Amino acid sequence: MAEKEETFSLLDPFASVDLGIADSANGIKKWAIANREIIQPIKKFFNDLIVGIDVGLNAVPPSIMLIILVLIAWQAAGRRVAILVGISMAVLGVLSPGAWGLAMTTLAIVISAVLLCFIIGLPLGVLAGKSNRFEAMVRPVLDTMQTIPAFVYLVPVVMLIGIGNVSGVIVTIVFALPPLIRLTSLGIRNVNPSVVEAARAFGASPTQILFKVELPLATSTILAGVNQTIMLSLSMVVIASMISVKGLGNEVLRAMGRLDAGKAIVGGLGIVILAIVLDRITQGMGRSGRERGHRHWWQGGPVGFMTRLASKKS
Amino acid sequence: MSHKDEVVIDCKNLWKVFGRRADEAMKAITEKGLGKLEVRDQYDCVVGVQDASFTVGRGEIFCIMGLSGSGKSTLIRHVNRLIEPTSGQLFIEGMDVNALSAKDLREVRAEKIGMVFQNMALMPHRTVLDNVSFSQEVRGHDRKERHENAMRAIDAVDLNGWDQKYPDELSGGMQQRVGLARAIAADPSILLMDEPFSALDPLIRRQLQDKFMSLAAEMKKTTLFITHDLDEAIRIGDRIGIMKDGVLVQVGTPEEIVTNPIDDYVADFVAGISKLELISAGKIMEPVEAYEQRLGSVENLDEWPEAHPEHSLDDLVNLSISTQHPIVVRIEGKPIGVVTKNALLRGIQGDTELTQ
Repeated sequence: MAEKEETFSLLDPFASVDLGIADSANGIKKWAIANREIIQPIKKFFNDLIVGIDVGLNAVPPSIMLIILVLIAWQAAGRRVAILVGISMAVLGVLSPGAWGLAMTTLAIVISAVLLCFIIGLPLGVLAGKSNRFEAMVRPVLDTMQTIPAFVYLVPVVMLIGIGNVSGVIVTIVFALPPLIRLTSLGIRNVNPSVVEAARAFGASPTQILFKVELPLATSTILAGVNQTIMLSLSMVVIASMISVKGLGNEVLRAMGRLDAGKAIVGGLGIVILAIVLDRITQGMGRSGRERGHRHWWQGGPVGFMTRLASKKS
Repeated sequence: MSHKDEVVIDCKNLWKVFGRRADEAMKAITEKGLGKLEVRDQYDCVVGVQDASFTVGRGEIFCIMGLSGSGKSTLIRHVNRLIEPTSGQLFIEGMDVNALSAKDLREVRAEKIGMVFQNMALMPHRTVLDNVSFSQEVRGHDRKERHENAMRAIDAVDLNGWDQKYPDELSGGMQQRVGLARAIAADPSILLMDEPFSALDPLIRRQLQDKFMSLAAEMKKTTLFITHDLDEAIRIGDRIGIMKDGVLVQVGTPEEIVTNPIDDYVADFVAGISKLELISAGKIMEPVEAYEQRLGSVENLDEWPEAHPEHSLDDLVNLSISTQHPIVVRIEGKPIGVVTKNALLRGIQGDTELTQ
């Protein structure tokens, strides 16, 4: 200690100070490893969710899945997007014989991550939109989540949970959650205060105001957040494959290891196509049906088509 | 037009001070008699409403007139407690609004009070029908019942056929009619109108005023009506309160305000107002005896045009045009006063003093 004080220099004070942050962080890691049994049930739940979605998506024959995706796109975003989605997914399928299956696995990971992001992010975003103090608290955390290199938390997450899908989804959530919280908060804050006042004047309770006024009016902003979350989830696919997450990302990673440019292009293009498809569908959901010329969502797309057919017959 | 006996809205010494140290400021005002400016400088607080007291009787339309920033919108929001007063009380049908629990307050807001806003404040994601039935939906009334009531209100404001449209498909005037329909849909006993027609262009405003007045005459709702337009206040109000810098300066019938403004501020407002409809013959007539004393006794009284004390200046002008004689004012045939040409002309100017 005495020696250290002697070497203390005003010009370079930091060299002599060692708070041992890295060591104590390691201590936390050790504690986590020692207690990893506690989180086993949570891990199992997550794993079941991901595997369930994965099995479900892969159980559907590719051509049927293609039709389903096109119908979803038609309903959510209109005919033009539906055509784009159909062509894109067909291209993805012919990239390589295994590409479709890998894409479905990646889709399952993304869907699970986005689902969990939504469940966690929406309430937090609403809270941040309502309370300035909570927003001030949560903002630096979100900044950290978005900017901290993934490799920093990749290791502790693996230590704690082990390699596999669950770690992959958690790592993805850390990176993809912030825009959803931010945009939900923004959406709630941007709701016209005089409309909220009117709702209050007509006797609505705070919960009713949230569900009948604020959330509906913030929907397009929130969906923009969901869209961002999906995009960021996809961009984490390659990194997540380092901890043994299967799918398109794994293809890219393996191709990198073998310097196999062809395989890398298949994986990379697959991710890009998936991103375009998901982006167009969610953006379509963000625009209200009225902007596309019909009054309610059920009056357009395949559902509207079917109801029109049905009403013609009767 | 006289205000009714049963008091529905009773506002007693209401103060609203805005700012972080509002309570301290309020204490200083009551204990040390601090003025507005001192409160602003010492406590960084703004006095929004200053010691306002007024009552509104059952079925009466009470207009609060003031320029922007005079605190009128703040004052009206105390009635349904969208704003909490710093001091003072407000009663609705004898019930202290500020003592209500959150749940009771919501019930009162949904069922007793309807409110119309200057900027309409319709919900853009809901159809006209869903907007109008909002207060009943919030109360959990069943769909059929609330839609029936809403359709009745939509009918009342002549918007039938528009119920499935969205607010942005309607013109400004129609949107405000939706606002009016929303306010009356639950059949509340009190209407709060916060500058409802100010944002509309003059012709539409006139139409809506007429619509509102015919509805008001039909429904007989106790109404608190905020406006910055004295013409509108006079047209619509049974009584008018003039507000300036948070203070209710003068309260009275339109005629009282116009003929007897309490200070220069009110007088300035009143100066541009046409008195033709507001001043009655009774106000400007000279008693028959005084007239006879001045100009000798009158024999040919029967040839003079005759009027009733309630007749407006407008009527008197019409009577006066075809004759050289003054007008005789009679009650049940008995002459009680005389309106000379001079008095009539002075009356049109707003001068009711007899200065012949």
